[in-house]
Amino acid sequence: MSEVKYSKEHEWIKLEGEVATIGITKHATEMLGDIVFTELPEKGSNVEKDGTAGVVESTKAASDVYTPVSGEVVETNQEIVDDPSKINQDPENTAWFFKLKVKDKSEMDSLMNKEDYDKFAKESSS
Amino acid sequence: MGKRVNMEIKKTSLYKLHQDSNAKFVEFAGYKMPIQYSDGIVEEHRFTRNHSGIFDVSHMGQLFINGDDNLIEDLEKIFPLDLKNLELNHSKYSFLMNDEAGIYDDLIITKLEKGFLIILNAACKDNDYKILSKLLDNKYKMVLDEKRSLIAIQGPKSAKILNNIIDGIENLNFMSGDWFLFQDQKIYITRSGYTGEDGFEISLPNQNAEKFTKKLIEKGAKLIGLGARDTLRLEAGLCLYGHELDKDKTPVEANLKWAISKERVLKGNFIGSNIIYKQLTDGVRKIRVGIKPEGKVIAREKTKIFNQSDLHIGEITSGTFGPSINGPVAMGYVENKFSEKNTKVFLEVRGKKHPANICGLPFYKKNYVKGVNK
Repeated sequence: MSEVKYSKEHEWIKLEGEVATIGITKHATEMLGDIVFTELPEKGSNVEKDGTAGVVESTKAASDVYTPVSGEVVETNQEIVDDPSKINQDPENTAWFFKLKVKDKSEMDSLMNKEDYDKFAKESSS
Repeated sequence: MGKRVNMEIKKTSLYKLHQDSNAKFVEFAGYKMPIQYSDGIVEEHRFTRNHSGIFDVSHMGQLFINGDDNLIEDLEKIFPLDLKNLELNHSKYSFLMNDEAGIYDDLIITKLEKGFLIILNAACKDNDYKILSKLLDNKYKMVLDEKRSLIAIQGPKSAKILNNIIDGIENLNFMSGDWFLFQDQKIYITRSGYTGEDGFEISLPNQNAEKFTKKLIEKGAKLIGLGARDTLRLEAGLCLYGHELDKDKTPVEANLKWAISKERVLKGNFIGSNIIYKQLTDGVRKIRVGIKPEGKVIAREKTKIFNQSDLHIGEITSGTFGPSINGPVAMGYVENKFSEKNTKVFLEVRGKKHPANICGLPFYKKNYVKGVNK
């Protein structure tokens, strides 16, 4: 079974077997506004938990995208680079950012479930 | 313990209307202002370019100075303008400068029957008032009018929409204005703006502002936030005080010499005139330019600019994504010798150098009505 978990930096992560798909949450897109630029990590590169693994920019400002777990980047979503507005349209599904071959699944344990994240997001925006 | 600053955040007369229109607010120059509404910055930007956008700019200063020919003479000692020949109800873009020609503020000055109306930046207006009071030696009646709101309507459909409410505004030329009536109140309308589109700015009593704005909305205009105001002005190549302009930059360096009267420079005798004359004669070391990144990476304010030999030659002062250009746009200052159009430069963003080109301004071609350079 694949459970979606969430980070305090407003990323979501869905683990299926060894591979995790990572993106940013709807709440994050609402805070950012219209996303107009995306930068993704290089395929084949290694990223460290809580390290920078991409950038999203709105008309207003640039924000780093962090990876909630460590691993090797096995796939990136070129569609959101070509058309960043897709992230605003469908952030938690088709507009995923990158896929990782996860190094240590136990890194998932410290992340929030949906209920906790929704509460966290509500508190952090008020 | 530091100095306790007790600054109450101010709200404009349209605050409730902004709230009811689902505005997201930011603090700007001590005011709670809408940065965007539910449509978002990109859509608001496009709506202004294609239809008609309403901007609450009531935070800006409306300074009325009353006086006769003596006032004109005294103001000519301050502004690099030929005010003696400024016709009634005509406006000029100008600057309040220090002795080194550094810019305290950029402004629009309009000749009225009893004197002048000067529109000032929100963040500068209180300081401007102090400086001008001192320079004018308190000889004239000066009112920084907080009882009036200022509303801009911008975009190709604006003239038609506004003419539905205020008959006769279609006859105004660009950079000129007149008094009109709205609900028996005198309102002053100029044909001007800050988006690169045809448009108007309306100065009216606070108590009429919401009613007036709702009428504009009824006729098809939409409220637009400060976020889109910034992307629109940047595409139009217009300066924003605190970014392209400040006390360490002169109008010549800002590439705004078109706004300085040539006759006045030759005669001198205004604050900063020596420096302006020197810079116009000998040239400047740094100058404001447009910068078009080749790729998609957005270079923000403070981004370092390098030349092809990796020499640091300047910095970005504003950079964003231009929705009508569908790509990144920027302005900045570079050393004069690298300011030629099509000069290849590199912008350092997140540690990487990205190619860009010096380009002419504006990025987006203006749609002003006729009657501009008279």
